[in-house]
Amino acid sequence: MGEFLLVTIQVDMHDQLALRLQDDLTQAIDANGTKGVLIDISALEMVDSFIGRMIADISGMARILDAKTVLVGMQPAVAITLVELGLSLPGVATALNVERGMQLLKHTRDEADADTALER
Amino acid sequence: MTVNKKTSISEALAKRRDHIQSQWTGELKSSISTSAKGRLTSAEVADQAKQFLDILHPALQTLQLDDTNGSEWLEVRAFLDELSKRRVLAGFSSDETAKFIFSLKRSLFDALKQEFSGDSIQLADGIWQVTVLLDNLGLHTIKSYQKAREDVINRQQQELLELSTPVVKIWEGILALPMIGTLDSARTQIVMESLLQRIVETEAQIAIIDITGVPTVDTLVAQHLLKTVTAIRLMGADCIISGVRPQIAQTIVHLGVDLQGVTTKANLADALSLALKRSGFSFTKH
Repeated sequence: MGEFLLVTIQVDMHDQLALRLQDDLTQAIDANGTKGVLIDISALEMVDSFIGRMIADISGMARILDAKTVLVGMQPAVAITLVELGLSLPGVATALNVERGMQLLKHTRDEADADTALER
Repeated sequence: MTVNKKTSISEALAKRRDHIQSQWTGELKSSISTSAKGRLTSAEVADQAKQFLDILHPALQTLQLDDTNGSEWLEVRAFLDELSKRRVLAGFSSDETAKFIFSLKRSLFDALKQEFSGDSIQLADGIWQVTVLLDNLGLHTIKSYQKAREDVINRQQQELLELSTPVVKIWEGILALPMIGTLDSARTQIVMESLLQRIVETEAQIAIIDITGVPTVDTLVAQHLLKTVTAIRLMGADCIISGVRPQIAQTIVHLGVDLQGVTTKANLADALSLALKRSGFSFTKH
């Protein structure tokens, strides 16, 4: 993936695992000079407020490290649940699938390179 | 003694069957002509009266005049159910329909008067029994009228629900959702599910929600709309709301609803034009 990182979430996250993930991810962003992170949740059939917050946290951490996060592969049922829970995940970009997510990240990177600030 | 009286009643009515029929038909025709306005012809009325009396006769002979819920009256009840249903569909009111039965009283009372002109006690008993009978039948008519009306309403509700949320693919990667009618939480649920499913299937990037057919937008409806918009964005697509009427624009501002950056267009054509531009299409007119 070059300067992008792909994180695939396939199992139910619990506290320990989530903290581990945040740690690993921030370390990896730092080590590789990553500019973009794709979080793939297409395998998740259910999302609760914990995972919602975890995703928002990761996105925030990545942004501070100058990397952009895109959430991909959300299933319709999951989207409805998040909306019903009142979690709109502001500040987190979304895309339909990994392919689109990559396009979005590249587009963002190009814009950043052109010295245009992109605030979401 | 009682049996004799009842025998007399049904015999009395049977004897004067033709007279009863013509008198009743006459009354029906005159009452119908004021209210029917062409929904029911005289011939149909006469025919229904004749059929009813044909079915009534054997039921009367069973001498069970008190309880019309018994099996002896099955055919009569079935006839009245069918009559009520047809009257509902023709747009008659419940009392117009029940008059079918109640207008029979006059003719039956006249027949009894002639039969028992010498015996006032028998006459009074006869009139009472006929009254009870026709009241029960009249009430049954009203009951089946109401049931038939409820069936129509239920069926229409079902059809409305099915018709009301089509998701249309109007261009490559662009979906349109014309909303018709009020938006409540049940419909919002259905809308979100079908729309999001289609977004996944067609890999659409833009969904246009057209609210021309939504009569009013209050805070609740706005909430439901915004929920739908948020869900669409979570899926990685974008949303445009079109068909915003002037009235609705005023309401939204007065209510202080925050549209959260959703682009709104006055009509579907403008929304489509914008969607195409965002998708990278350009058109030239020759």
